[in-house]
Amino acid sequence: MHFTKDHEWIAVEGDIATVGITNYAAEQLGDVVFVELPEVGKVLKPGDSLAVVESVKAASDVYSPISGEVIAANDGLTGNPETVNQAPESLAWFARVKLANAAEVTGLMDRAAYEAYLQSL
Amino acid sequence: MSMLSTGRPTRPETAVGAGDPATLTGARGLLQQEPLIFELGGWDKTGVDLPPVPDGLGADDLGDLVRSEPIGLPGLSEPEAVRHYVRLSQQNHAIDLALYPLGSCTMKHNPRLNEKLARLPGFSDIHPLQPVSTVQGALQLIDELAHWLKTLTGLPAVAMTPKAGAHGELCGILAIQAAHRAKGDAARTTVLVPTSAHGTNPATAAFVGYQVQEIAQTADGRVDLADLEAKLGPHVAAIMVTNPNTCGLFERDIREIARLTHAAGAFFYCDGANFNAIVGRVRPGDLGVDAMHINLHKTFSTPHGGGGPGAGPVVLSQALAPFAPIPYVVHGVDGFELVEADARAFGRMSAFNGQMGMFVRAYAYMLSHGADGLRQVAEDAVLNANYVKARLSTVMTPAFPDGPCMHEALFDDRWLEGTGVTTLDFAKAMIDEGFHPMTMYFPLVVHGAMLIEPTETESKAELDRFCDMVIALAAAARAGDAARFTGAPYHAPRRRLDETQAARRPRLKWTPPAPEAVAAE
Repeated sequence: MHFTKDHEWIAVEGDIATVGITNYAAEQLGDVVFVELPEVGKVLKPGDSLAVVESVKAASDVYSPISGEVIAANDGLTGNPETVNQAPESLAWFARVKLANAAEVTGLMDRAAYEAYLQSL
Repeated sequence: MSMLSTGRPTRPETAVGAGDPATLTGARGLLQQEPLIFELGGWDKTGVDLPPVPDGLGADDLGDLVRSEPIGLPGLSEPEAVRHYVRLSQQNHAIDLALYPLGSCTMKHNPRLNEKLARLPGFSDIHPLQPVSTVQGALQLIDELAHWLKTLTGLPAVAMTPKAGAHGELCGILAIQAAHRAKGDAARTTVLVPTSAHGTNPATAAFVGYQVQEIAQTADGRVDLADLEAKLGPHVAAIMVTNPNTCGLFERDIREIARLTHAAGAFFYCDGANFNAIVGRVRPGDLGVDAMHINLHKTFSTPHGGGGPGAGPVVLSQALAPFAPIPYVVHGVDGFELVEADARAFGRMSAFNGQMGMFVRAYAYMLSHGADGLRQVAEDAVLNANYVKARLSTVMTPAFPDGPCMHEALFDDRWLEGTGVTTLDFAKAMIDEGFHPMTMYFPLVVHGAMLIEPTETESKAELDRFCDMVIALAAAARAGDAARFTGAPYHAPRRRLDETQAARRPRLKWTPPAPEAVAAE
């Protein structure tokens, strides 16, 4: 699993990347009440809005760390946004993206580097 | 103990057994438990006497317009309706009841003189479709208010019609878009917004069709100039910056921000929500601002936040002035005239001339204060906020401890660490103590933010009452009395709401009870 400074995780299998937000991000957001997911077929470049997460405290964009086409969105989150708090790094994935440039992933942090980054905040 | 002839003490609360029994009705003293309006009254006691249907006409003549189901409106008599709303108002908070320290909202006293003047029939009983010859006084007031808004901001033009702050932002960004288009510049697709901005800024830019890009913030809460410079370019249409910003800090590099923005060919939109902190002391035009909305309802004290409509005139630089929306007031041959057609105007922000009632109130406020009084408005706003910041810094952690703040004091939640009390809990406990909470969790750049704007109209005595309350509550949190906070409010008309479920599964519409349930009662 790879991580970004914006507290997203990316798990890669072959040329498919699954994207979600980290435990830390979910905890900071507080109780999530609404998730807006990307449409399948949407083509992303790094920095594009991938999803919107709304909690009782704030609404936040989730930015795509990678480029590629959305091939699946986790529609289950729409009816059960609490999943983002319960299992942010497993069940609550937001989208699967067909990677256009696998090199973008290698530049991201691994778990050890991400945890060190969290310590620095 | 002094006693009555009946054998009870003269002070009833000292009587044996005087406790706190729950009431039988759920009311608290004279504060009634109020049902929804749909649960009150009934159609059996209200009605309308309609004239008899003329001969030859019947329900058939309505075709498919005949109503097949009841309309579902509540049926209340006049006293029932009056009592319903007065009871609801008693459960609410208002600036007329106590200090209302909502950061970034400027909930200050609305002088009663404003109200008196706004009720003059020449202002209150006119209609926007009247011939202009019959509303010359109203047009003169709009023109004079516009003059003073331009004078106070140092900008040459003002669009008076936007009806609130966010509406003003929309007006400003539409004028900027029109100016770029007039130059044939279609490459500018992006608006830059700092991370601490009001949510309406990126929303406005997105609504107009721009991409929004965030500008980073420095450790001392200001726009990061290096990041701004890196993000400016021929694709940027405008930058939107609030000054003083939402951290309650003056953007001390604002002239450099303007210079960099203009050098990149972009326009500088300033969010003027916090103008009360600098009015009479700083002219935004001198800082290089191209457009700025002025919340008349904040800076110039007209009621808002449920107490009345806002008004958000937008001052414009020479470059943007030609694109100002219609209608606008001009001096004509026979007095004031309204311009209703202008090929260069980007369009119209409202059907008519804006919020006339708010114009009268704001102008009354300006004239009753004078130039020196308005200057003191800004000075007192800043002084009061710094007094609160200084007193509360003894128990809370200021987000930006170095140097003074402007009109609002921003704290983070480091001081609550380990108490089991969150920002939300602390805010709810303030309700029990008789104060409206401060703004919480905004700006987003500060963890567990608590943003306090005491405003310029509070006395030192009232500020002390507020600070004493916060300091006492902070001591309770530190002393381990978490239960006082986590279940608060305990004494409000409603206890803490289930905000999470309300947001996840909102029930936005009242549904009548099922007929069976009614029959069984």
